[in-house]
Amino acid sequence: MTQLHDITIKDIDVLVIGGGTAGPMAAITAKEKDPKATVMLLEKANVKRSGAISMGMDGLNNAVIPGHATPEQYTKEITIANDGIVLQKGVLEYAERSFDMIQKLDKWGVYFQKDETGEYDVKKVHHLGTYVLPMPEGHNIKKILYRRLRRNRVEVENRYQAVRLLKDSEGIVSGCIAVGTRDAEVIVIRAKAVVLCTGAAGRIGLPASGYLYGTYENPTNCGDGHSMAYHVGAELSGLECYQINPLLKDYNGPACAYVTGPLGGYTANANGDRFIECDYWSGQMMMEFYNELQSGNGPVFLKLDHLAEETIQEIEQVLHTNERPSRGRFHDGRGNDYRTKMVEMHISEIGFCAGHSASGVWVNEKGETTVPGLYGAGDMASIPHSYMLGAFVYGEICGENAVTFASDRTVPQLDEEFILQERDRILAPLRRDDGIPPNQFEYKIRRLVNDYLQPPKITRKMDIGLQRLKDMQQDIPYLYARDPHELLRANEAQHVLDCALMAAQASMYRQESRWGLYHHYVDHPETNNEDWFCHVQLYKDEQEQMACKKRPVDPYVIELDEEEKTAYQRMRIQKVS
Amino acid sequence: MPTATQITMVPVVVDNEKCIADKGCRTCIDVCPLDVLWIDEKTGKAHMRYDECWYCMPCEADCPTDAVTVNIPYLLR
Repeated sequence: MTQLHDITIKDIDVLVIGGGTAGPMAAITAKEKDPKATVMLLEKANVKRSGAISMGMDGLNNAVIPGHATPEQYTKEITIANDGIVLQKGVLEYAERSFDMIQKLDKWGVYFQKDETGEYDVKKVHHLGTYVLPMPEGHNIKKILYRRLRRNRVEVENRYQAVRLLKDSEGIVSGCIAVGTRDAEVIVIRAKAVVLCTGAAGRIGLPASGYLYGTYENPTNCGDGHSMAYHVGAELSGLECYQINPLLKDYNGPACAYVTGPLGGYTANANGDRFIECDYWSGQMMMEFYNELQSGNGPVFLKLDHLAEETIQEIEQVLHTNERPSRGRFHDGRGNDYRTKMVEMHISEIGFCAGHSASGVWVNEKGETTVPGLYGAGDMASIPHSYMLGAFVYGEICGENAVTFASDRTVPQLDEEFILQERDRILAPLRRDDGIPPNQFEYKIRRLVNDYLQPPKITRKMDIGLQRLKDMQQDIPYLYARDPHELLRANEAQHVLDCALMAAQASMYRQESRWGLYHHYVDHPETNNEDWFCHVQLYKDEQEQMACKKRPVDPYVIELDEEEKTAYQRMRIQKVS
Repeated sequence: MPTATQITMVPVVVDNEKCIADKGCRTCIDVCPLDVLWIDEKTGKAHMRYDECWYCMPCEADCPTDAVTVNIPYLLR
């Protein structure tokens, strides 16, 4: 251990930031591939119960299992569901490794539902293919991961928030600067390769309840990685393709059409009628949902009251013990019973999440970002619709590639001046006697996001929103924290502000409409393939300003049929004439 | 810029009779993703110090003495 003034410097070969889903897999894989390498898993909470799956997961939403689906079929479906703007190689790489990962998890003790013949019991939820595999015992997944971390002797460092990434004079990432969430101790972790697995940016918009932490995503996932990647010079992609989810109104958690759908439940309007063909999430599906909410047929409900008692018990057993188990408590409090009443649904605030949509830090099929030495996986990285299984697969890919990268590298030089300047910036809110509390600062950002940035997107509104958010950057020196915990929130709030600015910039850059509600741009209502069949990359330019540019879509490795191309445009139930 | 404090009803409730934090238990405090559970200096028991709850339930599920109850935050109820 070395020191830089009062800052402890810890040396490690591979640093994984974020101990939720992709992170533990990346760390375990790196250690398995090279047991001599030192691997650290850094986590803002505690890896035992951190991230999107802190209470487990009720199923795989994108299992590519031989006999039920092929990697080619899956790649086509995801290409279509994303209106063609995908890095197909990245999706295909996931799909080809999907089944091996299921088998690996199965061997580790994760239980997947099997039918009477012992085959995986896969369900159809998507528009075209069959990819949903229930995990009725999915509540124990974090325990299984934790056991593997211990067995492989991954060094776990809990309760440290990574705040900025470091790079050497050649521009290669060389670790991070982090701060203790309980003691405000600033440390430097010098690493030869870094894997970012910080989850979605789920605190950009404000939930309808007004409760800052009543978010769809685990609110620890606030865009730390998006912000860190941006500041170190990495490109982010598809940020204008917001994540918006259908949810249980006010509870703000998943209504879980993927669980209830195969058992006969569905999304209905106020009349109890179906209005969408398919409950699999896409921008077009969300657009139909939004239209129904705005129409005289709203609100929208989850309809289960027509199902048999044993089916409802099965649904309750899964939904009330897994992923978001407080759902049952929420329903009890309102006297909502699936047996007798439809449950009111709504759509979520906006966010960035590649797990469900397509936005995040750009990575290729090797998990590489555009900055050497920096890898990304899970909800934070740009591989679309990856869900939990995609996080595991790309965690594995990043773990393998990061440990190889690290083995070819000597200990990097640290930029002392930058580190000391960052330390002072990070700790500034603690050194004040009064000022702006982080919760008020954050509330204001997120209220502005709802007022000006959420769809339908309008140039004049986004102009105002962007200006107001830029004005708030001037407030940063006045942030005030009374203790290390409030300092954690102050740092998070600055990352939330970065993400809000990114959402505005990327949305205004893409002058067309695409992905249904996700990028429903009123000033440019048509999809314009001639000018905008491309990725939009957001990055920090040489003047340190936020900028956007186009990136062509790589030639497809799997061609689409004409008929398939428009499948996701045909979401609304057609009236019988 | 002077500041004020306001009261707020917190979602996580700890039964002091059952809580064994004063005997060294830190389970709920360790597992909370939002890090909002701390030791109350006066009682030595766990309590919710910050109203920043995702009602996710590891604190309740992992408590060895069933001392913790997670309520849905009032604004959502």
